[in-house]
Amino acid sequence: MHFWTKLNHKAIYLVVLLTLKLPLSYAQSQSAIQPATEQARGISYIWWSMFWVAVVVFVAVMLLLAWGLWRGKSKKPTKLSYLASRNLVIVAGIAVPLVTVICLVGGSLMLGRSLSASPPDNALEVRITGWMWWWQIEYLDENSNTIATTANELHVPINRPIQVYLESGDVIHSFWVPQLHGKTDLIPGRTNSSWFEVDVSGTFRGQCAEFCGLQHALMGFLVVSEPQAEFDAWLANQQAPAQPPENNEVLAGQRVFFEAGCHQCHTIRGTDAAGTAGPDLTHLASRQSIASVTRKNSRAHLGGWVADPNGIKPGAKMPMSQLDAKELSDLLDYLQSLH
Amino acid sequence: MKDHPHTEQAIFDDQEGAEPILDKTWLSPPGFFGWFTHVNQRQIGFRFVVTSLIFFALGGLLALLMRLQLVQPENTLMGAEFYHQIMTMHGTTMMFFFAVPAMEGLGIYLVPLMLGTRDMSFPRLNAFGYYVYLIAGITLYLALFLGMAPDTGWFSYVPLAGIDYSPGQGVSFWTTMITFIEISALTAAVELIVTILKQRAPGMTLNRMPIFVWSILVMSFMIVFAMPTVMVGSVLLALDRTFATQFFVASGGGDPLLWQHLFWFFGHPEVYIIVVPALGIVSTVISTFCQREVFGYTAVVLSMVTIGFVSFGLWVHHMFTTGLPHLGLSFFTAASAMIAIPSGVQIFCWIATLWGSKIKFKTPMLFIMGFFAVFVIGGLTGVMAASIPFDMQAHDSYFVVAHLHYVLIGGAVLPFFAGLYYWYPKMTGSMLSERLGCWSFWLIFIGLNLTFFPMHQLGLDGMPRRVYTYLHNMGWGEVNFFVTCAAFLMAFGFLLTFINTLISPYKSRAAGNNPWNADTLEWWAQSPPRNYNFRHLPVISSRTPLWQKAPLYKVTGIRADRREIIITTLLDAKPQGVCIMPSPTYWPFVLALTVGFGFLGFMFKPILFVVGFFLSFFAIVGWLWPARPWLAEKPPEEGHPVRGLQ
Repeated sequence: MHFWTKLNHKAIYLVVLLTLKLPLSYAQSQSAIQPATEQARGISYIWWSMFWVAVVVFVAVMLLLAWGLWRGKSKKPTKLSYLASRNLVIVAGIAVPLVTVICLVGGSLMLGRSLSASPPDNALEVRITGWMWWWQIEYLDENSNTIATTANELHVPINRPIQVYLESGDVIHSFWVPQLHGKTDLIPGRTNSSWFEVDVSGTFRGQCAEFCGLQHALMGFLVVSEPQAEFDAWLANQQAPAQPPENNEVLAGQRVFFEAGCHQCHTIRGTDAAGTAGPDLTHLASRQSIASVTRKNSRAHLGGWVADPNGIKPGAKMPMSQLDAKELSDLLDYLQSLH
Repeated sequence: MKDHPHTEQAIFDDQEGAEPILDKTWLSPPGFFGWFTHVNQRQIGFRFVVTSLIFFALGGLLALLMRLQLVQPENTLMGAEFYHQIMTMHGTTMMFFFAVPAMEGLGIYLVPLMLGTRDMSFPRLNAFGYYVYLIAGITLYLALFLGMAPDTGWFSYVPLAGIDYSPGQGVSFWTTMITFIEISALTAAVELIVTILKQRAPGMTLNRMPIFVWSILVMSFMIVFAMPTVMVGSVLLALDRTFATQFFVASGGGDPLLWQHLFWFFGHPEVYIIVVPALGIVSTVISTFCQREVFGYTAVVLSMVTIGFVSFGLWVHHMFTTGLPHLGLSFFTAASAMIAIPSGVQIFCWIATLWGSKIKFKTPMLFIMGFFAVFVIGGLTGVMAASIPFDMQAHDSYFVVAHLHYVLIGGAVLPFFAGLYYWYPKMTGSMLSERLGCWSFWLIFIGLNLTFFPMHQLGLDGMPRRVYTYLHNMGWGEVNFFVTCAAFLMAFGFLLTFINTLISPYKSRAAGNNPWNADTLEWWAQSPPRNYNFRHLPVISSRTPLWQKAPLYKVTGIRADRREIIITTLLDAKPQGVCIMPSPTYWPFVLALTVGFGFLGFMFKPILFVVGFFLSFFAIVGWLWPARPWLAEKPPEEGHPVRGLQ
């Protein structure tokens, strides 16, 4: 085919793709207008109301402008009289925007009040701490004591309010799961909070929304919503210490873990590893992903990450490891045994 | 003191054959070294405009580089660090080194011409402001080429920009140069205010002043109140970084939110500092191409003043997600949405003016038509983002990137380019090519809509802003690819205008004094104006001096052998006296160098700031050294009170 024809075909394909894409592309994992909670539905409703009001306003202004210009093209151009001009400005420039804006502000303040109200008493409380560039997740009991710690994967029961307390360990981050709620910042020296109630089972992706340095772009996390019974089982497992090694490879892997110094930054409950600079690894193997949802939690990706974290996320604080193949393999056996 | 030869026999500008004397009096010395002595307002204003356009081109190139990195998921064209540097430089360049200086430059060039005077109030301060701007810009770009550019974003949020998380020199360059360039903005604002209030031609009462001059007056007052907060903020940040003062460090008793309040108390008015003069350009161009006065002069002027006031009550809408109490935030929602009303008033005043007019659709008018569509969209998404719940989703996502580019390109860049096509004949004496202009407009207009409109969708799809990459499975790839292509289309459109401005002086016809048959005084001067702007100073008796049937009266008794201008009263522009303006000198340049030395030295060794301070002291002494030969003169005759003003 001739070059230009080829290019044309591509262009047409692209245009078709985009026109199809614009209204249909909501079937994604991080969309604000595919809500799964009462909170996100309210915001989505406000968005669509404002969207249609904006379309009407835009079309009306453009039509008025075009009409005025078209009057000038006619053979006998008629300019607006002073009175007509004045009325146009008063009605279209003051009265209509005033009424529209009062409705929009009123509606959004009413929704805002319900979003910022305290959650019902039976809320599950979770403390989330932002670190460069991962999320520490702690489940709290009634007395606000930590009962389980994990990272980058928040499990929640459905149909129960979830109260999240948001803190930061270093710079400002922002907690954002578009399908569940708008974002709230994590600011050093403050404890912010937000709450939502998921009504379907599913996995929702979230991401840091405030620029926080080198790997801001790859600071994701997952929210997994499940029925209360499944959640209870999951939480019970997370509360328990790690299982002791069952065979020699795993035992060798645990030795590598300590010899290589991994324990200085990571905690594995039930062992002597109690470092706090990196994520808690007690139940690492139960998570779906590693490196803040940058890679799937498979043996291959885990190996790549341990060998050279900066190859996947340049700037990550975890140093490159100096392990030979056998040591790495044993270590992976150990890490994968941490269910 | 010995009598100056000029004082022996005064020569007045209304005498026959006074032109050579005027030329000699108002001369800007030629040559390379002469360049550093210029103080005439037109030279300085022109330099501001040209320099800001160069920074616009550089900022645009950085934007294209960013788009190339985002063209596909997990692209490896550049690393995160470099991306963050060019992202920070793009924002900083466009806001501090393009938009504000460009509008100030137009103001400095046009305001004295529109007011019918021969120079600005403080010509040397004017020159000083330009050199400060130039030094700040060159320094930041040198830092970029040395790989030391700031990389914490154009709003440098702490603690990320603090010494613990940004130990390099990048943020130090940023804080220093931001403080430094705001000096330039403040000097320009002060001069513009004094010039507008005290140097209007006799008879140009405040309500006869061109709308563009009103817009510059509003802009200048906003600068005076907004810029000091960002200077305070960046000085506090520099102190935190250098002397560990803990203003913004939570563990030391400070508060990271304090920075956000200080920054946005400046940052939000900043948007209107850029947009208000652009609205002035829109009124001016519409009036000229409809050949009638803009409907509702008072309403338009009051709208601009209202925007100026209200814009200082909006800053917290940049902080809706910081966890501040909802009741407090709701005031800022209401104030933000309120901006729709003064904007609406102006839009419909313009539509009423355009209604039924025989309009010549020359390039400036095309850009204004583009402005209508783009600015209305940007305004509407702005009202949306004023809603706290919706902003919790839109904030820091690509929706906001789309919104701010619609507002700033629609509300400032398109009118600025309209102004460029409109005033270029006055500045250079030749017209810009209409054909290239038309192509340029359509490419920019189509390109910018294709670039920024899909970003609304990216934002709703959950793409945060300031990400150097995104993962394959996010589904953002196609739209980003499309956006990158469109960005190049838009860039090509801007390139055509740049080519147009470079070749037109050689190719196109001479403009004549008033090619568009406009009504304001700048078109009464030659194109390009002489160094003294006007052969005679005019007396004004209507709002449209060049459209009135009666001839313009001329002021007599102004001396041609020294730089004299008329001072008038604040409201009614009644003549009050004659003021003698200073002549060309090196001192503003020297002072800019010494101040620059102090600021830059501070980054490396704090003691160098003290050295710079004393060097600047000597430069100021040199600047103020008395050189006023006329002081030895006999007391002036009645009606010609003499005042010295340096």
